Amino acid sequence: MSEATFTIRRGGRDGGEMVAYQTRVTEGMVVLDAVHQIQAESAPDLACRWNCKAGKCGSCSAEINGKPKLMCMTRLDTIDITQPVTIEPMRAFPPTKDLIADISWNYEVKKRIKKFKPRPPDAADGTWRMQQSDVDRVQEFRKCIECYLCQDVCHVLRDHVKHDEFIGPRFLVYSAALEMHPLDTENRVDELKDEFGIGYCNITKCCTKVCPEHITITDNAIIPLKERVVDEFYDPLKRLVRLFRRK
Amino acid sequence: MVEYQTYEHDVLVIGAGGAGLRAAIEASAAGVSVGLICKSLLGKAHTVMAEGGMAAAMGHNDDRDNWKVHFSDTMRGGQYVNNWRMAELHAKEAPDRVRELEGWGAVFDRTKDGRINQRNFGGHRYPRLAHVGDRTGLELIRTLQDHGIHQGIDVHMEVTVISLLKDGDRVVGVFAYEREHGRFRVFKAKAVILATGGVGRAYKITSNSWEGTGDGHALAYHAGAELIDMEFIQFHPTGMVWPPSVRGILVTEGVRGEGGILRNSEGKRFMFDDIPANYKEQTADNEEEGWRYVAGDKNARRPPELLTRDHVARCINREVKAGRGSPHGGVYLDIAWIKEKLPNAAEHIKRKLPSMYHQFMQLANLDITTTPMEVGPTTHYIMGGIRVDADTQASTLPGLYAAGECASGINGANRLGGNSLSDLIVFGKRAGEYAAQFAKENRHGSIDSTLIESEARRALEPFDREAGENPFVIQNDLQDMMQKLVGIVRLEDEMKEALDGLDKLKERTAKSSVTGNIDFNPGWHTALDLRNLLTVSEAITRSAIERKESRGGQFRDDYPDKDPAFAKFNVAVKEVDGQMQISHEAIPEMPAELKAVIEEMG
Ligand SMILES: Cc1cc2nc3c(=O)[nH]c(=O)nc-3n(C[C@H](O)[C@H](O)[C@H](O)COP(=O)(O)OP(=O)(O)OC[C@H]3O[C@@H](n4cnc5c(N)ncnc54)[C@H](O)[C@@H]3O)c2cc1C
Ligand code: SF4
Ligand code: SF4
Ligand code: FES
Repeated sequence: MSEATFTIRRGGRDGGEMVAYQTRVTEGMVVLDAVHQIQAESAPDLACRWNCKAGKCGSCSAEINGKPKLMCMTRLDTIDITQPVTIEPMRAFPPTKDLIADISWNYEVKKRIKKFKPRPPDAADGTWRMQQSDVDRVQEFRKCIECYLCQDVCHVLRDHVKHDEFIGPRFLVYSAALEMHPLDTENRVDELKDEFGIGYCNITKCCTKVCPEHITITDNAIIPLKERVVDEFYDPLKRLVRLFRRK
Repeated sequence: MVEYQTYEHDVLVIGAGGAGLRAAIEASAAGVSVGLICKSLLGKAHTVMAEGGMAAAMGHNDDRDNWKVHFSDTMRGGQYVNNWRMAELHAKEAPDRVRELEGWGAVFDRTKDGRINQRNFGGHRYPRLAHVGDRTGLELIRTLQDHGIHQGIDVHMEVTVISLLKDGDRVVGVFAYEREHGRFRVFKAKAVILATGGVGRAYKITSNSWEGTGDGHALAYHAGAELIDMEFIQFHPTGMVWPPSVRGILVTEGVRGEGGILRNSEGKRFMFDDIPANYKEQTADNEEEGWRYVAGDKNARRPPELLTRDHVARCINREVKAGRGSPHGGVYLDIAWIKEKLPNAAEHIKRKLPSMYHQFMQLANLDITTTPMEVGPTTHYIMGGIRVDADTQASTLPGLYAAGECASGINGANRLGGNSLSDLIVFGKRAGEYAAQFAKENRHGSIDSTLIESEARRALEPFDREAGENPFVIQNDLQDMMQKLVGIVRLEDEMKEALDGLDKLKERTAKSSVTGNIDFNPGWHTALDLRNLLTVSEAITRSAIERKESRGGQFRDDYPDKDPAFAKFNVAVKEVDGQMQISHEAIPEMPAELKAVIEEMG
């Protein structure tokens, strides 16, 4: 058993400071355990979000030593605890209190994406037929736990603060899941190009690297979507078809 | 004068898990205005953690399956103290509710002929669980959430309800606070639906999140509604036991459905030693047949690892107590062994159980494709809850409805795996429908402002007290005590001791204090949750003392057998003059046609 120091952001929307706490470290502990222990021992008003403690709900996102991670899935034996460990809220969103970020923007963005619109059922009983191989890709995207770590790491949001013009990797994955859903008949290409700002993504792949669900965000979701945009807008024949469709 | 904001909705749903979301969607489709309140953010409720699947007799993988088999499996699993009408409606309607999800965008795993794939689970005679790998709950909640956000429902996130407001007998609204600034809110509603989930946080070792503090149970109880079956708690046989920080986290039954077997420290498959008489006919008596069953042989009987959860949990408990446990006090669950049977076993396991693979890799440094896991029982689910009418989900109070885990009846003494997710959508829909109807037929009631004043003062008390105990410490002590005294194996003396313990914990809670300001203050939130935990813990303990027999989720060492006299009623609790009153609710006679179904299905 040993002790470690955790330097945690304390404070509200208007600003905060880093405060150091010491606590015991036992075998198998994760960062969230350390936060809970600190709550129980010395700072019961320390705010953090969590639910499942098993990497399934995407509530406990934070920056641990500056890296976007789930606190419940980050074992202390995978980081250097001989030095103070810093824990801060995600930086791409405004801080609410302590470790909590105001992520309400994400909920607003999602509402703007056109909902699923299935083709008429295939069978008389009102159901559809789909092969597993047809749904594998969409199932990969639907693993998303909405932790928003990819949003946090994306430089377009984090550094360039383009929240009004770019929906971020999470919602490109969401759009891809809808667009590639074998039953969906809606078209979301117009808005992907314009208001959703897919062009801002310059394929740095930072989002893919932080995704705790190992979704291949860039290669499997964003690049194929970009191709669709190119196909629809820059292919002369498709452009013509679009002009007709608009009328 | 306390300050608060007032909101008005026709139907107000408390809880945004599967049940609450499904109810809100239905009510809103019926054309009434709907508000939806949840303690966490949308999409994070406990339902998101469900792994194995949802049970619906669609018969895709075995066409012998139909509602009758599902109904009789549910009744047998519940040891016949279920609300048979609920079990009937559930078995009949679950297939439509699952198909409806597909129309809303859910993407289930497929069969070879392109339909929804169904997997085996404990107590279900045929493969019946529609699933998506081992993240079915995520698929369910995300589908409902993404459908629901386009329905015009007003969602109030990170808002916690602390009491129900009544006009006479009728529930007409709720009193709540929002977490960020601790501001109070009053919601007026013509009908209120409770969909607040379970009570797992009353125990130390649990698979439940911090939200599982029995709020709905306690809110309904203090408003005067009846709770039933509170003694029936499901201890899931397989929770993680090591390292300590993950103790209790669930290992899905899907592991056993895919061929995982249980062994003790002597390497023995102990589940073959104790197969209850009423399951003998359906259970394999040798390892070879057990494997053939999980591999899809329709003529094979299921391996004993897939017996009902109450039984498996007790067998594990027995092995550990007899000194045949694993180093950290569990037993071994081995899925790696299937490499003897399958060429690509490691890949197969990763594909079928991806989140289990990651969970053990990341949290325990253990590769489940090569090494057995250590597992032991964990508090998982409460069968008991708010007493409701089977068809409408109306509670015993006008204007108050309940659905999902916080309601009671469908599961009897023990829930079958997979029957909760289907329960959420079947009865969530019904609650939404009938609450909307009630809202159309009734006006808003009136709310007494003095009541609001006193509720607000009560909520703020922990701030007024100085140098009291930290609520987290009291919560820990409560969890330790319930685990020790009202756990898997129960004794009258120990439970009486627990009642005394609860009195002391109540006194300590009344003196506890919180520090810091009111903005997003987990210490304060815990102090308020504690009131609910204490109420449900008392209800569990008193009901468990009352049922002097062993049945399903209740095992009494002093009454180890089933007693037919106790099959005739449900134990009910109700608040009368501030005291918890216990009564027996007779179970109505099952109609002849349902009896015939049970006989036919054997
Ligand atoms: C790890 C795990 C795996 C599981 N796997 C399966 C499975 O494979 N199949 C199956 O059928 N079942 C499974 N279950 C059980 C099942 O997931 C739950 O029983 C079910 O999800 C409960 O859903 P619910 O809608 O009733 O409530 P929950 O999903 O628990 O939601 C409760 C909601 O109520 C809100 N709430 C609570 N109190 C308040 C309050 N005071 N004020 C405002 N809001 C409040 C919460 O914020 C939340 O939104 C599993 C459970 C666990 C823990
Ligand atoms: S790949 Fe695109 S979306 Fe992902 S982090 Fe880089 S710029 Fe952002
Ligand atoms: S795509 Fe991955 S990183 Fe992004 S929100 Fe979803 S789970 Fe999190
Ligand atoms: S608490 Fe759910 S992902 Fe960490």
